[in-house]
Amino acid sequence: MKKFKERLSGRIFFTLALSSISALALITVFIISQGAPLIAEVGIIKFIFGMEWAPSRGEFGIFPMIIGSVTVTLGAAVIGVPVGICCSVFLAEFAPPAMSNLFRPAIQLLAGIPSVVYGFWGLLFVVPAVRNLFGGPGLSILTGSIILGIMILPTVISISEVSILALPRQYKEGALALGMTHWQTIYAVMLPAAKSGIVAAVILGIGRAVGETMAVIMVLGNAVAVPESILDPVRTLTTNIGIEMGYASGEHQQALFATGIVLFVAIMILNSFAQYVTRRK
Amino acid sequence: MYQQTKIVVNNMNFYYGRKQVIFNLNLEIPKNEIMAVFGPASSGVTTLLRSLNRLCDLNPEAHMDGDVLLDGKSVYGHGANVTELRRKVGMVFEVPTPLPMSIFDNIAYGPRLSGRKGRRDIAETVEQSLRKAALWDEVKDRLSISGMSLSGGQQQRLCIARVLALEPEVIILDRACSGLDPISTAKIEESLMQLKEQFTIVIAPHNVQQAGRVCDRAVFMLMGRLIEEGTNVEVFSNPRDQRTSDYITGRFG
Repeated sequence: MKKFKERLSGRIFFTLALSSISALALITVFIISQGAPLIAEVGIIKFIFGMEWAPSRGEFGIFPMIIGSVTVTLGAAVIGVPVGICCSVFLAEFAPPAMSNLFRPAIQLLAGIPSVVYGFWGLLFVVPAVRNLFGGPGLSILTGSIILGIMILPTVISISEVSILALPRQYKEGALALGMTHWQTIYAVMLPAAKSGIVAAVILGIGRAVGETMAVIMVLGNAVAVPESILDPVRTLTTNIGIEMGYASGEHQQALFATGIVLFVAIMILNSFAQYVTRRK
Repeated sequence: MYQQTKIVVNNMNFYYGRKQVIFNLNLEIPKNEIMAVFGPASSGVTTLLRSLNRLCDLNPEAHMDGDVLLDGKSVYGHGANVTELRRKVGMVFEVPTPLPMSIFDNIAYGPRLSGRKGRRDIAETVEQSLRKAALWDEVKDRLSISGMSLSGGQQQRLCIARVLALEPEVIILDRACSGLDPISTAKIEESLMQLKEQFTIVIAPHNVQQAGRVCDRAVFMLMGRLIEEGTNVEVFSNPRDQRTSDYITGRFG
């Protein structure tokens, strides 16, 4: 009887664990089955590098959207990563406990704000600010990068901070005992030692930026064109799906799923890279 | 008291939060000798050693009354330079602490920090330090591999070499041999005997036998109090205090 219970509980946990994996499998299969035929029909080169996106005329080229995703994501990284890493170093090494106890939940809260609220705030506040300061329509790569840069902060900060705090105490003590100053210890010993965790934090942050949809729909301007400056509006892969899914059907719908495949692969590559970096010692 | 006193500990009372761990301790550490500080767990040995290079400052709960003088100058007084102090008073820990870089860089790091630039000069220092720490022959062909990939005993000797490269005046070893095999321990003890010509060495041995083997003078501590202090022969062959003799002969602790 006891043995039966043991085995039964094992099975139950296995089944439940399996269901979360199978959700992933289902989604993957569905996206691919819907999107792959269109890619095959258009041709993968033409699909990815095509400059023309005109579903009504049967033109499905997503290159402008890829450029949009890449530029906005890079912009987010340029804005969010330095701030995030500095913040994590501050929290792990400099902040008095009272302050870090205040900062940490505040940063977690940043992660809890719904993305549509970020978008709304961006539209009402950042878009006019960018328009007034730099000119252009305001709906632009720069605006999207600012919003996304803020949105990836919690990911970058918490993962980098954990990886700094997880360092063996001996690194710090050994370095200080050598007569290094606190800053030299951080710069020369702790950051290099925590490098893999920090790189993983950056990659996961970038992954979040690539996948974000709602906030960027509202501030990017959504023009399907290769941008000429960071003040131009763009459309990303995610916003392409978000905007058009409501009325798409037939080939058009398949093309959106195909866009999803491209995104899926990109995020998968980023995540595996993050895993690889964390595991490598 | 001695020909030359390197470190003086004056009326030290040491606390972690409210808990007092060292009680009214006075100690003089002579130059160019090996002094062993030993005692059972939680007798304050590590705290005493870490107070000498102010590494105990890292613990925000720690505070101290009394003073520590290095060459007659207070290391806790106003204007005392902690970084400089830690360069003069090098420390080797119980767990080897190679930095995440190559063997060469582990040792070269300290000299580079203190502003030495010449490549040959630094290479020379690295070699000399490794020789003094009895590690040179084992690693001379692979100085560029990571310090972390050495064995435990080699890592510990690397840490000793790293301290030597800083050209400190005092070397503190806090149970530095506790994780090592007897051969590595013997090598380290041998090099300590030579190093005391140049340095003042304070060692917390990992057992009484080691204290007896290497030290010139010994200090026995118990529950944060200094019980007995004297030469090797005085403490180990002829202890004045019953508790010292009980501990040495293994009746407790």
